[in-house]
Amino acid sequence: MNPSPLSVVSAKNLGLTFETNDGPVHALSNVDLEINKGDFVSFIGPSGCGKTTFLRVIADLEKHTAGSITVNGMTPEEARKNRSYGYVFQAAALYPWRSIEKNIALPLEIMGYAKSEQDKRVAAMLDLVNLSGFGKKYPWQLSGGMQQRASIARALAFDADLLLMDEPFGALDEIVRDHLNEQLLKLWAATKKTICFVTHSIPEAVYLSTKIVVMSPRPGRVTDIITSTLPKERPLDIRETPEFLEIAHRVRQGLKAGHSYDE
Amino acid sequence: MSAYLRDRILPVLTVIAAILVLWHVAVVYLNAPFVRDQAARAGETITLSQLVERTFAQERPVLPAPHQIVAELWDTTVNKAVTSKRSLVYHAWITLSATLAGFAMGTVLGIALAIGIVHSRAMDRSLMPWVIASQTIPILAIAPMIIVVLNSVGISGLMPKALISTYLSFFPIVVGMVKGLRSPEVLLIDLMHTYHASQAQTFWKLRWPASMPYLFTSLKVAIAISLVGAIVGELPTGAVAGLGARLLSGSYYGQTIQIWAALFMAAGLAAVLVSIVGFAHQRVLKRMGVKP
Repeated sequence: MNPSPLSVVSAKNLGLTFETNDGPVHALSNVDLEINKGDFVSFIGPSGCGKTTFLRVIADLEKHTAGSITVNGMTPEEARKNRSYGYVFQAAALYPWRSIEKNIALPLEIMGYAKSEQDKRVAAMLDLVNLSGFGKKYPWQLSGGMQQRASIARALAFDADLLLMDEPFGALDEIVRDHLNEQLLKLWAATKKTICFVTHSIPEAVYLSTKIVVMSPRPGRVTDIITSTLPKERPLDIRETPEFLEIAHRVRQGLKAGHSYDE
Repeated sequence: MSAYLRDRILPVLTVIAAILVLWHVAVVYLNAPFVRDQAARAGETITLSQLVERTFAQERPVLPAPHQIVAELWDTTVNKAVTSKRSLVYHAWITLSATLAGFAMGTVLGIALAIGIVHSRAMDRSLMPWVIASQTIPILAIAPMIIVVLNSVGISGLMPKALISTYLSFFPIVVGMVKGLRSPEVLLIDLMHTYHASQAQTFWKLRWPASMPYLFTSLKVAIAISLVGAIVGELPTGAVAGLGARLLSGSYYGQTIQIWAALFMAAGLAAVLVSIVGFAHQRVLKRMGVKP
């Protein structure tokens, strides 16, 4: 296999089967996917379709059992040991005994950055996610949306080119979510990262992505890959344009095709 | 302030008042037979008020009255030099030093075992059953043997008592710390994994701080039973010094007031020790920025 220089994630025939007491569970089967540098890729599908599992395989938090995958041209394990990606979980997962700036500094401490460099980066990250002035606060003193922004700052602090986000705004209300989506797009444009984004929400996926991967369960598989025709500049009201609705319609069709709701 | 008085002080005072009332009734009831006996032997007939009065002033009562215990406590703490063998402060210090030594060793041992158990499956499987089994042996049965065995190899004085304290106090620490070190959510462990953090980094930056509330809860239990261990350790040594010795000599000579005074001293000591740990607990949690 010879991935192109632009390839960030390249999966071929990827499969993952969990052995359980009730027999094997095919969390992923025959997934072929290319993610290029600078892409914003959303993974959408019902529960059990393997979207989170796929993200965890990229992050080397799960091991695939079939096919192959490279991350930055390496195995996921090598990529992880190279600190190639930042991971944002569904919950903010901030350490309650660390202030916000200490939370953002956590990966930097672990990776052995000098203290002055840590301080510089923490300040820059706080600024990037609009949390300047909240560095000394503890997580419980912040709202859910602010906590999630802090966790994004933490994932970006060490310059990984790839950002893996597992339903990061799933637990937030619609208004906060809209706001964060808008901010995330700006952040993506400013940092030129490659982002893999797992979501349940069709509008969110269409609004954010350059590429939408529609998945379906039993076995977890990719049923459609939609390349967005929306422009890079996306104000929130782009969601009422016919073009947007067209893509959303196609995602919905893909979800319907892959999943029988009569089961 | 008045709310504090009403919500915190008043309930405590009410309970103390109730205990004192019951205690005084019990003093009269339990000491009356002996007083009647004495009076009968002396050929006196005593009135009820005389009976009550005498039950409160026995030299060796079945149950001493509270004021007798307070008087004895006052006499043996304030009126005696602290170096005197008749000073309760002296005996309390003997016991306290063994308690603190045993508590320190138990804490270190407990934390070390917990770290091993959390990080090694083999230790988890092989050690944990023994840790639990160790506590099913009654300490009263094993304490004399520890003293005798250590004496025969030339270790005596503080060490054997401290070891009995250690034996008792390491257990809550192990159990609490195993739970505490395992308390971080999978999510937080995964996060460390994505940073390619070493086991030591995961320990110091995640498991250790996450275990602090568990540690202090265990420490509170451990310090109280360390004191019990030290007192129990003093009983079979032939009663030389320490609160246990006071209890033992008190029971040899029927000095119930002395026994109760030593008991109150032990209880007071335990309360102070637990409060100190509780205070340290609050300070540490506050420094860790925990929601008040």
